[in-house]
Amino acid sequence: MAYEGDELLEEVTGKEYEFGWTTDIETDKAPPGINEDIIRLISSKKNEPEWMLEWRLDAYHKWEAMVEPEWAHIQYEKPDFQAISYYAAPKQKKQLNSLDEVDPELRRTMDRLGISTEEQKRLQGVAVDFVMDSVSVATSFKEKLAELGIIFCSMSDAIQEHPELVKKYIGSVVPKSDNFYAALNSAVFTDGSFCYIPKGVRCPMELSTYFRINEAGTGQFERTLVIADEGSYVSYLEGCTAPQRDENQLHAAVVELVALDEAEIKYSTVQNWYPGDENGKGGVFNFVTKRGICHRKSKISWTQVETGSAVTWKYPSCILKGDHSIGEFYSVAVTNKVQQADTGTKMIHIGKNTHSTIISKGISAGKSHNSYRGLVQINKTADNARNFSQCDSLLMTDTSGAHTFPYIEVNNSSAKVEHEATTSKIGEDQIFYCLQRGIDEEKAISLIVNGYAKEVLNKLPMEFAVEAQKLLAISLEGSVG
Amino acid sequence: MEVANVIDEKKAKFMTPFEGSSALVDARPELKSEADLALTEIAVPTTRTEAWKYTRVGKIVNHDWNISPSTAGDIKEITNLDAYRAIFVNGIYDATKSNLPNQAGVTCQLLSEASDALQQMGELSDHNSDWLEALNMRYAQEGMALSVEANTTLDKPLYIVHYTDNTNVAAINRHLIQVARGANAEVIVHYVSNQTAKSFQSCVIESFVAENAELQIDKIQEEMTGESYIHATEWTKQARDSRFNIRTVTLSGQWVRNNLNIRVAGENCETHLFGTYMPRAKEHVDNHTMVDHLVPHCESNEVYKGIVTDKATAVFNGKVYVRLDAQKTNAFQQNANIVLSDDAHMYSKPELEIYADDVKCSHGSTTGQFDEEAVYYLRARGIGEASARKLLVQAFIKEIVEAIGDDAVREYCLNRLEERLDQ
Repeated sequence: MAYEGDELLEEVTGKEYEFGWTTDIETDKAPPGINEDIIRLISSKKNEPEWMLEWRLDAYHKWEAMVEPEWAHIQYEKPDFQAISYYAAPKQKKQLNSLDEVDPELRRTMDRLGISTEEQKRLQGVAVDFVMDSVSVATSFKEKLAELGIIFCSMSDAIQEHPELVKKYIGSVVPKSDNFYAALNSAVFTDGSFCYIPKGVRCPMELSTYFRINEAGTGQFERTLVIADEGSYVSYLEGCTAPQRDENQLHAAVVELVALDEAEIKYSTVQNWYPGDENGKGGVFNFVTKRGICHRKSKISWTQVETGSAVTWKYPSCILKGDHSIGEFYSVAVTNKVQQADTGTKMIHIGKNTHSTIISKGISAGKSHNSYRGLVQINKTADNARNFSQCDSLLMTDTSGAHTFPYIEVNNSSAKVEHEATTSKIGEDQIFYCLQRGIDEEKAISLIVNGYAKEVLNKLPMEFAVEAQKLLAISLEGSVG
Repeated sequence: MEVANVIDEKKAKFMTPFEGSSALVDARPELKSEADLALTEIAVPTTRTEAWKYTRVGKIVNHDWNISPSTAGDIKEITNLDAYRAIFVNGIYDATKSNLPNQAGVTCQLLSEASDALQQMGELSDHNSDWLEALNMRYAQEGMALSVEANTTLDKPLYIVHYTDNTNVAAINRHLIQVARGANAEVIVHYVSNQTAKSFQSCVIESFVAENAELQIDKIQEEMTGESYIHATEWTKQARDSRFNIRTVTLSGQWVRNNLNIRVAGENCETHLFGTYMPRAKEHVDNHTMVDHLVPHCESNEVYKGIVTDKATAVFNGKVYVRLDAQKTNAFQQNANIVLSDDAHMYSKPELEIYADDVKCSHGSTTGQFDEEAVYYLRARGIGEASARKLLVQAFIKEIVEAIGDDAVREYCLNRLEERLDQ
C-alpha cells in the first residue's frame, strides 16, 4: 500500500476509535452524585460486612476534605463528582459455570475485544476475570487455580469469602487518604480483582483481567489487590478498552501489590481507553494509583504500554521495604492528537541492598503532551541501594511536547543513583537508511519506533506483546510527515 | 484564619526593618506598587511550594534582621585580583574601597544614579509572582549599573564584593548589566562575610547581552565561621549570536539559594553554566537554573557538580525549556554528586520541557561515592588514604573551577577549596 504525502497521517490520526461501540444491557444504576447514602447503597448492594462499610465511609470523609491535585503537567476540565453515577451493575447475575452461559450480548462484546473463547483456547493458559461495568461476570480457570490454592476472584467475592485476607491487606499499600483519587476509589469502588498466591506456589498461567467502561456517565472504580505469599510467583495482565462516549469518563482505579518474602509479582498493563476525538472530546480520564510493596528478597516488576485516554495520571510505584528487594518499571507511553500523559514511577528504597530499574520511553505525536515524572528516593536505611533510570522521549511532530521531571533524593552515602534522559526526533539518517534499502517511510518509522520501544515490549508476556505492537502501530504509524 | 494571621504578622515583622530602604524603587513608582502588591498577596513560599520543596524560607522570615550601617574595618576580598572594584559592606556602597572603571565606552555607576538603567530595571525579573524577588525589588538598597558600549571590551573585570560583618544584618542589592553589540565584559560577584557575621543577603542581577556580545559572570559564595543566608538571582537575556557564561562556586554558606534564569532570545547563542557546591555541617545549598530557549539554533551546556557531607543538604534543580519555535536546539545538562555521609541529603531534579521536535536535548544525573578502585590505585602508589580522597575531590570539582577565566579567581577558589578539605 503506498501513501501520498499526508494521506497516511490523516488516515491514522483521523482514525476513529476501533472499539467504540456500546453494549445494550439493562443496568442497575445508582442516581448520580456521591454522599453517605450512595456509599451505603453500594455497600448493601454488594452485601458487604459492616467493617467494609465503615472503611468506605472513613475514606469518603477523608476524601471530602481533600482537594483535587493540580501539580501534574496536564490540563483538563475537572470532572463534576456529583454528576457521576457511582454504581452500575449488569442486572443479570447468577452463578455461571462456563462461558457458554454468559449473556450472548456480553459474549459478543468479548469477541470484539479480542478475548473470545476461541482466542482463549488459542492462548491457552490465560484465565480471564472479565469485569464489565464493575461487576465480575465470568471467571474461568478458577478450578484449576483452586487446586493450587490460588485465589483469583472478583473483589466483592473476596470480601465475602476471604474477609481476613482483604481486611489485612486492603489499604495497606495505598492508604485511604493517600491521594484524592485513591480516597475516592476507597469510598466508592464497586469491584475489581483479587488474587492470592499461597506460599511457594508458582502460578502456572498468566492471570488476566479486562476492564471496560460500558454504561454512559458511569465512572469506573476498580480495586485490585494482588498478594504473593512467601516464595511465590505470579504474572498478572491488565488490559483496557472503552467504548466511545461524548462526555468525559473518569477512571480512578487503585492497584495494590504485596510481595512477601522472596515472592515475585510481574504486573503488565496495556491501556487503550478511548482517547477522545480530534479535540480530545469525550476521552477517558485515567487517574490511577498503583503501588506495590516488596518484602525481603522479593521483586515487583511493572510493565505498561499506555496508548489511550485523553488524560493519564499514573505512577506505578514500588516500596522496597525488605532487604535485597527489587523494583522495576518499564513503560512505553504514546500520545497522539491532543492526549496528555503525566506518568512515571516512584521507587522508594528503604531496605538494604535494594535495586531498582526504570526504563521509560515516551512518544509524542499530533498535538499531544507526554511527561515523565518519577521519584527515586534513597532513605537513610537503604545501604548499598542502586538505581538506574533512563527516560527517553521521541517527538514525532513540532506541535507535540515531551517533558521530564525526575526527582532524585539521596539520603545515604552508599547509594548509587543514575539518571539519564534524552529527547530527540526520529533520526532522518535512520529513515534515509531504510528508504535506501527499499523500506518505505511508513514501515521505516514503524521499525524505528518498535526498535525504540523494544526494551519495554520485550518485558511483556507473549499474549500482550502482540496486542501492544498492534496498538503502537495504530497509534503511531505515519505520524511523521 | 488564625494561622493566616500569625503568618501575616511574621511576614510584616520580618519586613518592617526594611521599610526605610527603597532607594532604587522610588524612581519607579509603578514597580514599587507591583512589588508591594506581590508582597501582600503572595504567601511566603513553604516546602509545599514546588520551587521550594527542599529549602525552607522560614529560616529567613522567622529571623529578625536589620539594615545596619557600613563599618569601616577591613574587608575580605581576593586581594591579588587585578580588577575594578565595587564594594558593598552590609549592603551599602563603600566609595572609599571601590575603584570603578574609568574607560572610554564604559559607564559604571550606582544604579540609583543611572536613570537609563533604572528604566530598564525589572524588565526581566519576576517581582510579580516570586515573593523573594518582590522583596528584593521593593527594598533594594543600592546596586551597580554597568553599561559597556558597542564593540568595547571592558579592560579589567568588574569585581563586586558583597561583604557583611555584622550580626543580624540584611543586605539587599540589585545590579543591572548592559553589554552592547559586539562588546565584552567580565563580572565577578563575591559574597563573603566575616567570622562573626550572621547575615541575609539578597541580590538580583539583571543582564542584557546584545548581539554578538559576550558576558562572563563568576559568582563566589562563602562564609567564614558565621552564618550566611544568601538568596542570589540572575536574570539574563541573550540577543542573537551572543555568548553568556556563568560559574557559580558555593564554597560555604549556611543557607544558599541560587536562581539562574536565562532567556535565550536570539538565534545562534551559546550559553554555558557551571556550578559547584560542597556543603558540610548543617549547610544548605540550593541551585535552581532555568534555560529558556525561545528561538532556533542555540546551544546550551550545563554542568553542576557537588560533594555533600556531614548533615548538609544540596539541591539541584535544572530546567531546560525549549519553546515551540526553538528548533535545532542543542541542550545538555549534567549533575554529578558525591554523598559522603549517611546524614547528608542530595536532591537532584534535572528537568526537560520540550515543545519543539527537531532538537537534541539530554540530561544526566548521578549520585554516588568515591571510586574505591581509584582510592586503592592511589594508595598502592604510596599516597595516604586522606590525601588520596582529597585528590579525588579536587579532580572531581576541578572541571568546574577550571572553567573560571580569571587566574586570580580560579587560584583563590582552588586554595579555599583545599583549605576546606584540610579542615
